[in-house]
Amino acid sequence: MLKDITIGQHFPGHSVLHRCDPRLKLVATIAYIVVLFVAPNPLGLALSIALLAALYKIAQIPGKMILKSLKPIVPIVIFTAVLNLFFVTGQGEPLVHFWVLNIYIEGVKYAILLAVRVCALIAGTSLLTYTTSPIVLTDAIESLLRPLAKLHFPVHELAMMMTIALRFIPTLIEETEKIMNAQKARGAMLDSGTFTQRIKALVPILIPLFISAFRRADELAMAMECRCYHGGEGRTRLKQLKFTSEDFRCLVVIAVALVVIACTRLFVPGLA
Amino acid sequence: MPNQESILQAQNVHFRYDPEQPKYAVDGVTLDIRRGEFVAVLGANGCGKSTLAKHFNAILLPEAGTVLVEGMDTRNEDHLYDVRQKVGMVFQNPDNQIVATIVEEDVAFAPENLGVPPEEIRTRIDEAMKLAGIYEKRDAAPYKLSGGQKQRVAIAGVIAMRPDCLVLDESTAMLDPHGRAQVMKTIHQLRAAGITIVSITHYMEEAAQADRVLVMSRGRIVMEGTPEQVFSQTEKLHSYHLDVPQAAELRDELVKAGIPMPENVITPEACAEELFKLLK
Repeated sequence: MLKDITIGQHFPGHSVLHRCDPRLKLVATIAYIVVLFVAPNPLGLALSIALLAALYKIAQIPGKMILKSLKPIVPIVIFTAVLNLFFVTGQGEPLVHFWVLNIYIEGVKYAILLAVRVCALIAGTSLLTYTTSPIVLTDAIESLLRPLAKLHFPVHELAMMMTIALRFIPTLIEETEKIMNAQKARGAMLDSGTFTQRIKALVPILIPLFISAFRRADELAMAMECRCYHGGEGRTRLKQLKFTSEDFRCLVVIAVALVVIACTRLFVPGLA
Repeated sequence: MPNQESILQAQNVHFRYDPEQPKYAVDGVTLDIRRGEFVAVLGANGCGKSTLAKHFNAILLPEAGTVLVEGMDTRNEDHLYDVRQKVGMVFQNPDNQIVATIVEEDVAFAPENLGVPPEEIRTRIDEAMKLAGIYEKRDAAPYKLSGGQKQRVAIAGVIAMRPDCLVLDESTAMLDPHGRAQVMKTIHQLRAAGITIVSITHYMEEAAQADRVLVMSRGRIVMEGTPEQVFSQTEKLHSYHLDVPQAAELRDELVKAGIPMPENVITPEACAEELFKLLK
C-alpha cells in the first residue's frame, strides 16, 4: 500500500542524538557541510567519516540505512567522478592514454576525494532526518528563523505550511489511490499503453485530485478560523524547545570535532 | 438541565451567498438557545441549516438581523475571537479539520492560537482529550485513526478552547455506525460537563435524544418543540422531505391499522415498552 510509505526518513529511537535539541542538530549539520568543503583533504575526510561513523553508532542506526540513503545519489557520484577522472589534468605523464582521453594521477585522486565527499555529505544530512521527526525539524526551523520575522520574513507561515503539507501527505496519497481505483473501475488503462498514453491517462486522476485538494484547503481554512487561528502573532506553543545541559555538552563535542577537522587543511594539502 | 439564560440568540437573521440573487439561504430565522440545552436542527439538503450554524461563530455575518453570542454581537470585530472561543464548531469531514501530525499537537492548536501559556495548554488538552475519550491516542498520527476517533480528535481540538457551546455541523454524517455511537457518547459526556450542544444532523435517532428539535425548510424554521412533539407529526415531517425515527414510524402505522398506541413514542425502548403492554 502507498499509505505505508514513511514520511521523511525518521528512524525513531532514544539515543542522545534523538533527544538532542533539533536546533543544535540542524546548525551542526550545516556546520558539518561547511567543514566538508573547507577541509577537502584525505585526512579531513577520513576524520569526518570517523566522526560520522561514531555518530551513527551512538544513534544506533543500522549501517544498511546509510547505504539506503546513498543509493539514489550513486549515479550522480559516479557521473561526476568519471568526468573529473578525465578532465582533471596534472603534471607529468598521464597514467592511461586512450584515444583523446588522458587520465592523470591527480584526476584519480580528485575523483575519489570528490566521491567520498559527496557520500559523506549525504550520509551526514541523512543522520539529521533519521534522528529527527519532520515535525520537530519544522519547529527547529521556525525557532532558528525567528529573528528574520523582524525583517517581515513570513517565518511562522512557512512553518505552518510545512506542518500542513506533512499532515496532508498520507491523506492525499489515500485519496490518489481511491481515485485511481475509481478510474480503473471505469476502464482507465493506467498500466498499459505507450509512454504518452500512460501520461495522458494520468490527467483524469490529477484533475479530481487537485479539485478535492482545493476543497479540503477551503474546509481546513474554515476549521482553523473556527479555532481562532490568526497567524503567528501572540501565539504560544505547547512544546517549548529547551536547550539542556546535555545539549550543551553535545554542542561542545561537535564543535571541537568540527574545528579539528577544519584545521587539517592547514597541514595537509587538499583539493584546490 | 437547561436554565433560562440565553447563550445564542438569532433575531430575524437573513443571509444570502449572492446578493444579486433574490433567494435567501437563511430567510428570517429567530431563535433562542439556552445554556446547557441540547438542540438538534433537522432539514433536507440545502435548507440553510449549515449556513445558519456558520452564523453562530461569526464565520458568516448576517445581511440583516442580529446574532448574539452571550450578548455579544457577532458583527462586532472586537469580539470576534471571544465569540469563536465561546462557540466551538465541528464539521463533517474530520480529515479536513485536523492541522497537526500528532493528536496532542492538534488538540493544542486552538489554545496555542489563543496565547495560553504552555503549562496551561498541557492541562487543557489533557482535560479535553479525556473528555473526548482519545487520551490513549494522544501520541498517534491522525491518519492512523478510525473515522470516529478522528472526529473525536476534532471535537477535543475545539473543547480545548473551553467553549460554552459546541455546534456540530453534520459531524456524524461520514462515520460508520460504530463511529457515530462513539461520537454520540462523547456528545452526551460534554453535555453532562455543562456544554450547550447544537447538533445539525440527518439522523433522526440522534435528534430524538435532544431536548429540543428545530426543523428548517427553505431558510426558515418551520417546526419547533420537544422530539416527542415534532416526531409525532409524521405527515408534516414527510412534507419537508424528512423521515421520523423508526419507532415513531411504527407507532404511526399501528395507529393507522387501528391498534391503540399512545403519542410521544419515539425511541425503540419506549416503543418496545408500549408493545409489551399491548401484548400482555
